[in-house]
Amino acid sequence: MSLVLDIFTIVAVSAGAFFFLAGTVGLLRFPDTLTRLHALTKADNLGLGLVVMGLLPQAEQPFAVIKLIAIWLFALLAGATVGQLMARAARRERPTP
Amino acid sequence: MTLALAVDISLALLVLAVAGWIIAVRDTFGAVIGFVAYGLLLALVWVRLAAPDVALTEAAIGGGLTGALLIGAAARLRGTEAAARAEYPGAFTRTLAAVLAVTVAAALAIGVLALPDPAPTLAPAAAAASLATTGVGNPVTAVLLAFRAMDTLLEAIVVLLALLGVWSLAPDRAWGGCPGPRRPVDPDGVLAYLAQLLPPIGIIVGLYIFWIGADLPGGKFQGATILAAMWLLVIWAGLADTPPIGRTWLRVLLVAGPLVFIAIGFAGAITAGAVLAYPEGYAKPLIVAIEIALMPTLVLTLALLVAGAPQRIPPQ
Repeated sequence: MSLVLDIFTIVAVSAGAFFFLAGTVGLLRFPDTLTRLHALTKADNLGLGLVVMGLLPQAEQPFAVIKLIAIWLFALLAGATVGQLMARAARRERPTP
Repeated sequence: MTLALAVDISLALLVLAVAGWIIAVRDTFGAVIGFVAYGLLLALVWVRLAAPDVALTEAAIGGGLTGALLIGAAARLRGTEAAARAEYPGAFTRTLAAVLAVTVAAALAIGVLALPDPAPTLAPAAAAASLATTGVGNPVTAVLLAFRAMDTLLEAIVVLLALLGVWSLAPDRAWGGCPGPRRPVDPDGVLAYLAQLLPPIGIIVGLYIFWIGADLPGGKFQGATILAAMWLLVIWAGLADTPPIGRTWLRVLLVAGPLVFIAIGFAGAITAGAVLAYPEGYAKPLIVAIEIALMPTLVLTLALLVAGAPQRIPPQ
C-alpha cells in the first residue's frame, strides 16, 4: 500500500514540477504581459495543486493535510487576485486594440 | 543526504546569483523585485539551517514588509531616476566602494570560518535555562525577552523612531492628517473582494503566530506583520481610510508597547535587582504582558510605515 502511495506521490509531484517548468518557460518566452500572466498562473494553480496532492499521502497527521490544502487554496486566491490586478494595470498602460 | 546537499548547494548559488544581480542591475524597480526574491530565498536558507523563527521573520519583514516599503520608494523615485543617473559616480568611486564592500565581506567570512569547530556557544545552556527560569517554551522568545531584552526593547523603539522619521516628511498643511492618498473603492473589484475575504483568516493566523510564539516558532514581529498586512489590504482596497496621525488613541497605542516594556524593565531594578530582569516566578506572565503590549504598537507602526507620510486633512 505504501509503495502505491509513494508512486502516486512521485508521479503527482513530478507532474507539478513539470507545470512549474512550463510556466517558467512561458514566463520567459511569451511575447506580452497577458500571455506571460497566463503561463504564470497556470504554474501556480496546477503545479502547486499537483505538488500538494502528491504530498497529501505523505502527511503524518490529519492537521497537516488540512494545512497543505489551505496553502494551495491561499495560493490560488492570491494568484488569481494578483493576476487580475496586473492584467488590469497592463491594459490601463497599453490598451489592446 | 546527497539530494539534500544538492538542494543546499543550488540554494546557496541561487542566493549568491540574486545578490549579485541586485547589485549589478541599473533599474531601481528591478533591484527591489530582486531584493524581495532574495528575502524569500534567504527564508528558505534559514529553514534549511533549522531556524524556523528566523525564517518566519525574514519572510515577513525582510521579504514582505521591507519589499513593500522599497517598492513604494522605487515608485516615488521613478520620476527622478533619469536625473539621478546623470550624477552616477565615476569608475574610481565605484571601484573604491566595491573594494570596501569586498573587504568587509571577506573580513566577515574569515571571522566566521576562523571560528573553532564546534563554535563556542551558549545556545544549549540558554535553551536548557529558558524553560527552567522563564517558563517560556520557545528558547528564541526566551532569549529575546529574558537574556537579550535590551535588544528587543531598542528594536521596538527603533521602528517607532523610523515612523517618526516618515511622518516628519509631511508637508505642514497635512500635519496631523491621514497618511497616503485616499484609495477609491471599486465594490465589484477583485481587490475589494480579496480585502473582504482574506482579513478574517489573516487576523486569526496573525494572532495564532503571535500567541504560539511563547512555545513554538512565531512571535510578535511575525504576527504583527501579518496583521499589518491585513489592515493595509483593507486600506488599499479603499474599504477603510488610514487614521489621522493626530488622533490621541493612535499615539497612545504607538507608545504603549515600549512604555510598558520600560516600566516592567525599571520595576525589575527594584524587584529583581537589575534593570530588565524579571522577579523569580513572574518571568512568564511579565514576558506575555510585554508581548501583548508591544503587539498593537508593532501592528500600527509597521502598517503606518508602509502607508507613508500624512498627505491630507480628512474632511470633517
